[in-house]
Amino acid sequence: MARYDSLLDACGGTPLVGLPRLSPTVPEGAPPVRLWAKLEDRNPTGSVKDRAAMFMVRAAEAAGRLRPGDTILEPTSGNTGISLAMVAKLRGYRLVCVMPENVSAERVQLLRMYGAEIIFSPAAGGSNQAVATAKQIAAEHPDWVMLFQYGNEANARAHYETTGPELLHDLPTITHFVAGLGTTGTLMGTGRYLREKVEGIQIVAAEPRYGELVYGLRNIDEGYVPELYDATVLNRRFSVGTRDAVLRTRQLVEVEGLFVGFSTGAVLHAALAVAHEAVRDGRRADVAFVVSDGGWKYLSTGAYGGTLADAEDALEGQLWA
Amino acid sequence: MAIEVRIPTILRSYTGGAKVVEGSGDTLNDLLTDLDSRHAGLRGRLVTEAGALHRFVNVYVNDEDVRFLGALDAKLSDGDSVTILPAVAGGAFGFAAAAAIAQHNTAAGRRTPVTVG
Repeated sequence: MARYDSLLDACGGTPLVGLPRLSPTVPEGAPPVRLWAKLEDRNPTGSVKDRAAMFMVRAAEAAGRLRPGDTILEPTSGNTGISLAMVAKLRGYRLVCVMPENVSAERVQLLRMYGAEIIFSPAAGGSNQAVATAKQIAAEHPDWVMLFQYGNEANARAHYETTGPELLHDLPTITHFVAGLGTTGTLMGTGRYLREKVEGIQIVAAEPRYGELVYGLRNIDEGYVPELYDATVLNRRFSVGTRDAVLRTRQLVEVEGLFVGFSTGAVLHAALAVAHEAVRDGRRADVAFVVSDGGWKYLSTGAYGGTLADAEDALEGQLWA
Repeated sequence: MAIEVRIPTILRSYTGGAKVVEGSGDTLNDLLTDLDSRHAGLRGRLVTEAGALHRFVNVYVNDEDVRFLGALDAKLSDGDSVTILPAVAGGAFGFAAAAAIAQHNTAAGRRTPVTVG
């Protein structure tokens, strides 16, 4: 398990580690309730998105949509861009990322290091401007390929074929699976696999609840639900605010030595909620949750130090997950 | 003690600009009817004519999505906290980008991706 032919071959197969100090204490004689962290930050570029990027590119190759030298256009400032940049480099494609000009310096530097080209949309226009810019670029380059992670079945399939089987292999007694909800790929793929194999499994989503600035004046009639999303795969869905996400992120490093990004703090918050319910009800529980990335890319937010109120202020208006 | 309801920016025109309002009801449906008696029009923005929660609205009771708690029939108790938010996927930027890509793929005549079954 320690030798691979290439970096791409080293994707997945991440460790599942127990969290004995964070797992709730149960009364004497009561069944155990345990928390387990799936360390997706151990993937080639440091996030869970490597799995989806690799599967989406391979699926596009198999379908003849991508040929050597082609250009991939991805409007992203997040982990998907970094993952795609690495995969594109190794598979011989050019990657162009569209992102608002106010994203953190770490993101821009990382993407450029991996060889991606970046087109900035004016920060002042916010996400509406990003839409306009992406549309304009797409119209000018109809031959560029967009993988569309929100509706690309290969995104969810990556987790159906890899993350799910890995979890079941490492934790056959799993009772709950908890992950962040964004494109929904991780939850849909892993959730479907585990539902097929484990009777009574609970699939739990944790979604970030950002500061008000992020939602702004978004019109309710123009909302968006990813094409991949199928609510019947989930049992529960939690909304986790910035303060709780930061609190749990700090707790994870203080108590268990795991240094993670804020989205993982939100996921831990939901995982602890279901773990404590199991304790209350006297039920056995093995709760596995996804660590989607490490904390390195978020250090410049300043939200790892100071009071929780300071951290909340620092993250107001930021997309921390 | 009443139920505290957090109103998103876009709907504050119905609450005179108030960020948080109070209401009562045994279910979400009752609560929204109660709120509408003081904030006329609010309910109509959240519930469709067919009587379901609007697709792009998320409502949470004590941070949990009501769609998994019975939707409009979700039970409420005094002291509960209800949060109303517009549906935003994968961060607001991801949301915006997704809409743009979907249109590009349709325009380019690409096969619409299907969900894995």
